[in-house]
Amino acid sequence: MLHPSHFASVVLFAFFASIVFGITQRETPRCMVRYGIYCFVLFVGSAVALSWAMYLIAR
Amino acid sequence: MDATENKTAAATQKTQPGFVYLPLIAGWLVPGAGHFLLRKWGRGALLAVSILGMFALGIAMQGKVYANAHDILHMLGLAGDLGNGLLYVVSRMMGLGADTVQVTTADYGTQFIVVAGLLNVISAVDAHNLRTGRKM
Repeated sequence: MLHPSHFASVVLFAFFASIVFGITQRETPRCMVRYGIYCFVLFVGSAVALSWAMYLIAR
Repeated sequence: MDATENKTAAATQKTQPGFVYLPLIAGWLVPGAGHFLLRKWGRGALLAVSILGMFALGIAMQGKVYANAHDILHMLGLAGDLGNGLLYVVSRMMGLGADTVQVTTADYGTQFIVVAGLLNVISAVDAHNLRTGRKM
């Protein structure tokens, strides 16, 4: 059985979801890649930012 | 949608005979199949790998496959799982996935399976849009 860390789970989720978003939401290959990268950065970035926010609130 | 796009869509429908909803249904039943039917091999392969990978990771993380709907959250989870099409049927038949979530990663696995289903629905709709000419 697989037990990835929290961060690894976020990265895996962001990776697969970004591929699907990129392909389905844009028309040209170049735009697909750019949008996929954009989604990946937003997924991971927002998870890290929210994690820090919750950490600071909990203190 | 302007006149040019309407013409393109109409031309696409004329040049591709057959059941217009076939890519939608095939894409729902088997991830990527809708795009394969439309000869979009690269896109289909990437979608299939992404959705199958996410589903497999969810199962490997001992995620729960929803079988019934006791409350609204279970109902939403079941709706998401059903988006996986035949993957859901096969996983139920083979008894894959955990009945109850016991560890944190299993909870993530459950969400991976649900999101794989939702992403599969998005890709099936994308195949339908390609078929009707709404998207190039």
